[in-house]
Amino acid sequence: MNRPILDVKNLHIRYGGASTDAVRGVSFTLGRERLGIVGESGSGKSTVGRALLRLLPSARISADTMRFEDIDLLSLTEKQMLAVRGRRMSMILQDPKFSLNPIRKVGDQVAETYLRHFKCSRQEARDKAIAMLGAVKINDPDRVFEQYPHEISGGMGQRVMIAMMLLADPDVVIADEPTSALDVTVRLQVLNILDNLVRDRGIGLIMISHDLNLVRNFCDRVLIMYAGRVVETLAARDLDKAQHPYTRGLLAAQPRIGGARAPLAVLDRRPEWLEEVSR
Amino acid sequence: MTVSVETRNLSISFGHGPNALKVLPDVSFSVAPGECFGLVGESGSGKSTVLRCISMLTDFWKGDVLINGRSVRDIPLIERCRILQMVFQDPYGSLHPRQSVRTVLSEPLRIHKLDDREDRMHKALSDVGLPLSFLDRFPHQLSGGQRQRVAIARALILEPSLLLLDEPTSALDVSVQAEVLNLLQRLRDEHGFTYIMVTHDLAVVDHMCDRFAVMLRGEITEILPREAISGAQATHPYSRELIGASLEYEGHV
Repeated sequence: MNRPILDVKNLHIRYGGASTDAVRGVSFTLGRERLGIVGESGSGKSTVGRALLRLLPSARISADTMRFEDIDLLSLTEKQMLAVRGRRMSMILQDPKFSLNPIRKVGDQVAETYLRHFKCSRQEARDKAIAMLGAVKINDPDRVFEQYPHEISGGMGQRVMIAMMLLADPDVVIADEPTSALDVTVRLQVLNILDNLVRDRGIGLIMISHDLNLVRNFCDRVLIMYAGRVVETLAARDLDKAQHPYTRGLLAAQPRIGGARAPLAVLDRRPEWLEEVSR
Repeated sequence: MTVSVETRNLSISFGHGPNALKVLPDVSFSVAPGECFGLVGESGSGKSTVLRCISMLTDFWKGDVLINGRSVRDIPLIERCRILQMVFQDPYGSLHPRQSVRTVLSEPLRIHKLDDREDRMHKALSDVGLPLSFLDRFPHQLSGGQRQRVAIARALILEPSLLLLDEPTSALDVSVQAEVLNLLQRLRDEHGFTYIMVTHDLAVVDHMCDRFAVMLRGEITEILPREAISGAQATHPYSRELIGASLEYEGHV
């Protein structure tokens, strides 16, 4: 395989004022693949995603390595970071209701990505934005361009977010719970669009989610996080063969269609999971 | 005691005059005593509104809601609260941040002038599997699953027969969801509760419910038995799409 796009070794993150680290010694690499990070709320999965984009101003981040292509992310100044964030590495957030600006037209927000990062005219940015809205399968992109966020549905909003993030043609996309706020029927459409774009463009994708079904179907590899550590790394198709009791516990706790109606298995949290290191 | 629920031609509009929006045009279904009945559909399809109508949290609807054959409108508030209770989606939003668990649980007892308050509170807490020491905790000292248990204990404290569950686990992690679903299942076995459960997760329906209604734009497209999910027995195109998407999402296809 080629040299990985992202290389993270021994990442520690501590929020300002906290007495313990939220992320403790996480290491992983990302090539041109789809990497899932799963875990429960509070396991530190979103914190890792945000730290990569340096979106945690009050936190202390340390790592042996945090390299993105040929850039050392830890040593960049904020000014240099602006040329990376949104241009070469971007993030799709959970809920379009909160992540789009409610008082600006949808299209202007998408076009802004292009205007911000490339030298071009407003008309050019507009054309690019409309083409991108079409690429995420929005019917009638010219009309949607002129609409405000409250006028579009959740599924459409999330497609707008995807368009916005892909317009600058980044090398890495971090999707933080991109479909948790959507209905099942819409969720699949959005995931398929994201999946196709990521494959066609050879983008490295980090999919942060609490949903095991999602990472099983839409990722190549999966990191399972518990209490700020990676407890297990698996190929997504081998998720059912997971070894770690935490991963197995999560899988067993999930109700399944056609499953037995016996009480669901409940996680028996072991104190040693907090300390052991991923094999 | 277990109760049956029947809604007949339930309809409701929000707004007035030309801007009025008919959210539920005409909803009818019946739930047998001790049954767990699911309501599924996409957001905005009116699932939660049905629960709010049955519980009279929204009271300007037309049609009939009968509980054990008696119209819910004819049941005085005090009595109604002892028959039906609601559990809301988000335990982070449905508990008062400045009220301790004791305050939350004792208020209904005070209003209803019930004695043996300590005993009743202890029973409600042990029913939901929380230690008695939690009475003096505040919501911020509880995890999401513990909060939802407190919300369920609050619903149980007046010993109702019908629980209206509005997405009781969708804000929770799978591991915590398993605990809450097991709890609801056990309480139903022990007390013979009737449940009406709103959810968007068909795996939860399959696990919990006997029958379920698929809603689309305020209308019930179809009422199906639980077996219809894995057996592909749905006939309405939207139900088929919903079930198909859920199966595909779970990786059955």
